[in-house]
Amino acid sequence: MTVALPTADSGSPHHAPRESNALYDIPGPRTRHRHRIYGLISTAVLLALIGWILYLLFDTGQFTATKWTPFEYKGIQELLLRGLGNTLKAFGIAAVLSLVLGALLATGRLSDHAPVRWLSTLIVEFFRAMPVLVMIFFIFVALKVQPLPALVAGLTLYNGSVLAEVFRSGVNAVERGQGEAAFALGMRKTQVMSYVLVPQAARAMLPAIISQLVVALKDTSLGYLITYEEFLHAGKLIASNLDYDLPFIPVVMVISPIYIGMCMLLSWFAHWVARRQRRNPRTEAVDIAPPEPGTLLPGGNPPAAPRG
Amino acid sequence: MNVLTSNFDTYAKGFLGTVELTVYSSALALLLGFVMASFRVAPVGSLRAFGTVWVAVLRNTPLTLLFFAVLLGLPRFGLVLPFQVFAVLALGCYTSAFICEALRSGINTVPKGQGEAARSLGMTFAQTLTLVVLPQAFRSVIPPVGSTLIALAKNSAIAGAFSVTELLGTYKTLSELGYNIVWTFIWIAVGYLIITLTISALFNLMERHWGVVR
Repeated sequence: MTVALPTADSGSPHHAPRESNALYDIPGPRTRHRHRIYGLISTAVLLALIGWILYLLFDTGQFTATKWTPFEYKGIQELLLRGLGNTLKAFGIAAVLSLVLGALLATGRLSDHAPVRWLSTLIVEFFRAMPVLVMIFFIFVALKVQPLPALVAGLTLYNGSVLAEVFRSGVNAVERGQGEAAFALGMRKTQVMSYVLVPQAARAMLPAIISQLVVALKDTSLGYLITYEEFLHAGKLIASNLDYDLPFIPVVMVISPIYIGMCMLLSWFAHWVARRQRRNPRTEAVDIAPPEPGTLLPGGNPPAAPRG
Repeated sequence: MNVLTSNFDTYAKGFLGTVELTVYSSALALLLGFVMASFRVAPVGSLRAFGTVWVAVLRNTPLTLLFFAVLLGLPRFGLVLPFQVFAVLALGCYTSAFICEALRSGINTVPKGQGEAARSLGMTFAQTLTLVVLPQAFRSVIPPVGSTLIALAKNSAIAGAFSVTELLGTYKTLSELGYNIVWTFIWIAVGYLIITLTISALFNLMERHWGVVR
């Protein structure tokens, strides 16, 4: 493999990344020189890796015309579009229902009545601890529900339970004085919640909610496994078609960027909202940790780390 | 109840399949996650870029799509391996992105002054890293890594749908044998709970031993 010429990205490792300050000093001229050499070497290795993958793709004939012609047909394009539409439909319904279920369960967990609290805690903890796919399969196989409702129900139960935790921690993260002041003014609990705590919590919760919606969007692809005709399913139909020389890799190359792109856009949006919130003095006091998968083990709730 | 007792072998096989999948994938995810995290904090630009792209892409890839591409796609690419190896590859790579982020934020929780103090004592980079920064980072990283691995165990269910032997897949065998489907699923659920609870208990223990007192 020939050594690749330096490109724009290898020429600028002048200073260590901003975040990891405990690790490096600001480099001097000799260290900078050394880093530049490391940069060259690693760029060469990475390019070689990409080159090897491209070689494999060409070698196995993935770029032949017959493998790519199917994407020119209107029927195929419509099939893909319909699949994409079905994915977005499942996502939309699941997102709305999850938010509703999350709000309900969070209300239950914050309730003053112990039985209500226990019941909602039980539901939340159980559905967070189960693999989503087990729930979807259970609803699909055992309860004999149609694919779309089964998928939506599974996603709603899981994401609703996770969102309930987000809502609850959001309300709990509002400064205690806010609630106390509202009670002192003679408001009832419902009023304290709806006029004082929830509006303040809602802004801070927004990034965590959107991040969870990314999870829901990613998980709509589970519909493929229960024969829901979503995007991946459409891809599979094309990929396994003998008339088109089984264009498996081309299908993956068309579908993945679209799927990943959608999720990235939503992730990026969550990130953008979070950054904007951080600059906003009104929400500065409240910071909501991203939701985590449940384990049903009491007291052992570690922070951070999203689930996929 | 008799679904479990008369099919203990099937369940045990599925259960062990899930455990194996989880253990191997966790090992791969931890290793790859560590490599990617060190890339992401490296002073070399191209490595940082690679780490960033790796994390951004894998975190936003639906796991089903990844399984689809790896288990069904790679064989057409000329790469033929047992399905279980492919599943470990897909799960491990996917989870490594989350592990990487957990480790990176762990390194970032170590105050700048710690590294500066180590350097001013004349420690080399390796000493600073292994004696001062990493031990502290490790302690704050236990809980997020734990919940990432719990997520991995749950995600391994998808492998079953791609005909890898694991717990969820046992429902197919048992429903063909005509057993009560609801009870079948209840025992599958119990199996998953045992696995996730074990991981969770393990990490709680580790946190109690080494965790940061806040």
